[in-house]
Amino acid sequence: MAIDQISIFVENSPGRLAEVTQTLGAAGIDLRAMSIADTMDFGILRLIVNEPARALEVLKAAQCVFSVTPVLAVSVADKPGNLARALSALAAEGVSVEYAYAFIARQRGNAYVIFRVEDNERAQAILEKNGIQVVNSDELYAL
Amino acid sequence: MKYYQREIECAPRDTLRALQSERLARTVRHVYQNVAYYRDLMDKKGVGPDDIRSVDDLPKLPFLTKDDLRDAYPYGLLAVPLHDCVRIQSTSGTTGRRVVAFYTQDDIDLWEECCARAIAAAGGTKDDVVHVCYGYGLFTGGPGLNGGSHKVGALTLPMSSGNTDRQVQFMCDLGSTILCCTPSYAAYLAETIVGQGRRDEIKLKAGIFGAEAWSEEMRRDIEKKLGIRAYDIYGLTEISGPGVSFECEEQTGMHINEDHFLAEIIDPDTGETLPDGAKGELVFSCISKKAFPLLRYRTRDICVLSRETCSCGRTLIKMSKPMGRSDDMLIIRGVNVFPSQIETVLLGAGFPSNYQIIVDRVNYTDTFEVQVEMTPEMFSDKVKQIATREEDLLASLRAMLGISPKVTLVAPRTIARSEGKAVRVIDRRKI
Ligand SMILES: [Zn+2]
Repeated sequence: MAIDQISIFVENSPGRLAEVTQTLGAAGIDLRAMSIADTMDFGILRLIVNEPARALEVLKAAQCVFSVTPVLAVSVADKPGNLARALSALAAEGVSVEYAYAFIARQRGNAYVIFRVEDNERAQAILEKNGIQVVNSDELYAL
Repeated sequence: MKYYQREIECAPRDTLRALQSERLARTVRHVYQNVAYYRDLMDKKGVGPDDIRSVDDLPKLPFLTKDDLRDAYPYGLLAVPLHDCVRIQSTSGTTGRRVVAFYTQDDIDLWEECCARAIAAAGGTKDDVVHVCYGYGLFTGGPGLNGGSHKVGALTLPMSSGNTDRQVQFMCDLGSTILCCTPSYAAYLAETIVGQGRRDEIKLKAGIFGAEAWSEEMRRDIEKKLGIRAYDIYGLTEISGPGVSFECEEQTGMHINEDHFLAEIIDPDTGETLPDGAKGELVFSCISKKAFPLLRYRTRDICVLSRETCSCGRTLIKMSKPMGRSDDMLIIRGVNVFPSQIETVLLGAGFPSNYQIIVDRVNYTDTFEVQVEMTPEMFSDKVKQIATREEDLLASLRAMLGISPKVTLVAPRTIARSEGKAVRVIDRRKI
């Protein structure tokens, strides 16, 4: 039930980030979630979009460097403390989280957290065993 | 004592010329007999030792280039048995680009005498304290000036490079009077001394600065800040080291020690010898050395020679500061860098060979950046993974070049291309 996250290489120069998001926006691609990791001289833009396949075509045409990574999404709004529970459950089983980022879906008033782990299936099993709902891609793209 | 060897430095032209001709003929014979590599080149050109009787015959000899040094590495151009050698010196860089030069004791003496002439021309005597902060070791800077200072009889401080606070401390405590280092380090030291408010504590009167290009403006700035006269010095490991030529008080060019090193200017494209005063590639022939006497070695430095009489009294020919290169070699912080070396590292590390070198000079210090285009293969969604690849690349570049560039990953197609060909080097230094 992993979700395709698109990671895009962004040069650390003014305007590059805006350029990439505008390119996607112009093609009618909606961003569901976005996170930026940057260092002194480059950045990685991580996106969840409504139409991943078409977004990839757009990025390819724009000659961007990108990759697709399967990630897990967890709904944390249903029960308070879900995020902490999810993290400690994964930690207890020795699963390290490479990175994570949260976003809110306005219509539903829901908060979601994206997890990047090495083994999605195992992480999902652990989360579900602990009563944490892993969200599927249909739900996320339809937001 | 402004001369170290007045009889040679101020010799009448005819006397010097006769000496040069005699030494050239002798060296050509020595090389022909002992260096198979050069003998083959001479045979191929149809010239024998008997054809070289005077300096006028010099153009008959074949050239040597850095490629020959690579092909003959390490012993192929050695002209004496190894047991007669007492020292090697070397340049940084990898095999093929690295120069390893051999010296007999006489060769060392001759080289140090050349450096002594430079120190004397800068006003150095037995009463001076010569502060040498060129690097010591394989690099010729430290050992050359150190030896020259000994010959002059000055008190020598073999400081080597780095540890600026200690340099300043020694300078103040021991009253250094002549500073020997790269011009950029001199500028840095000057700023440190002024910044620490210790300008009144130093006793410097002169500086001998070489191993990299510097401007007249930079000279005046260093002179003003330190209250000294700043002199240029030129040399290359292939020929001996620093002291191949040196500046006198007139500061209008460097006198070549042409009793040991014959200079010519050639057209870099045709190899044709050009008259004095023409701009072209500088070529040296070693006529006194024994172990590693390169003949007609192409330096790739572009400059001009001048025979005009000098107010200092020396009759030695003068060369201008190098105005550029006839190959793609860059000198960054005193280190020779070839773009092809960077290409080799990139390909080895899995990066595309699409790169750009950006060199600039900020506060008199060279900045050196290598921009590399990101590729899908090198990309990852994890920062750590990309950072590790970047660090590995930096380590390989450092190992290959001997200096550290700043590595910047850029988006594909961002490296400028002109007529479809990428511009590999952007040198913004205004020298
Ligand atoms: Zn002079």
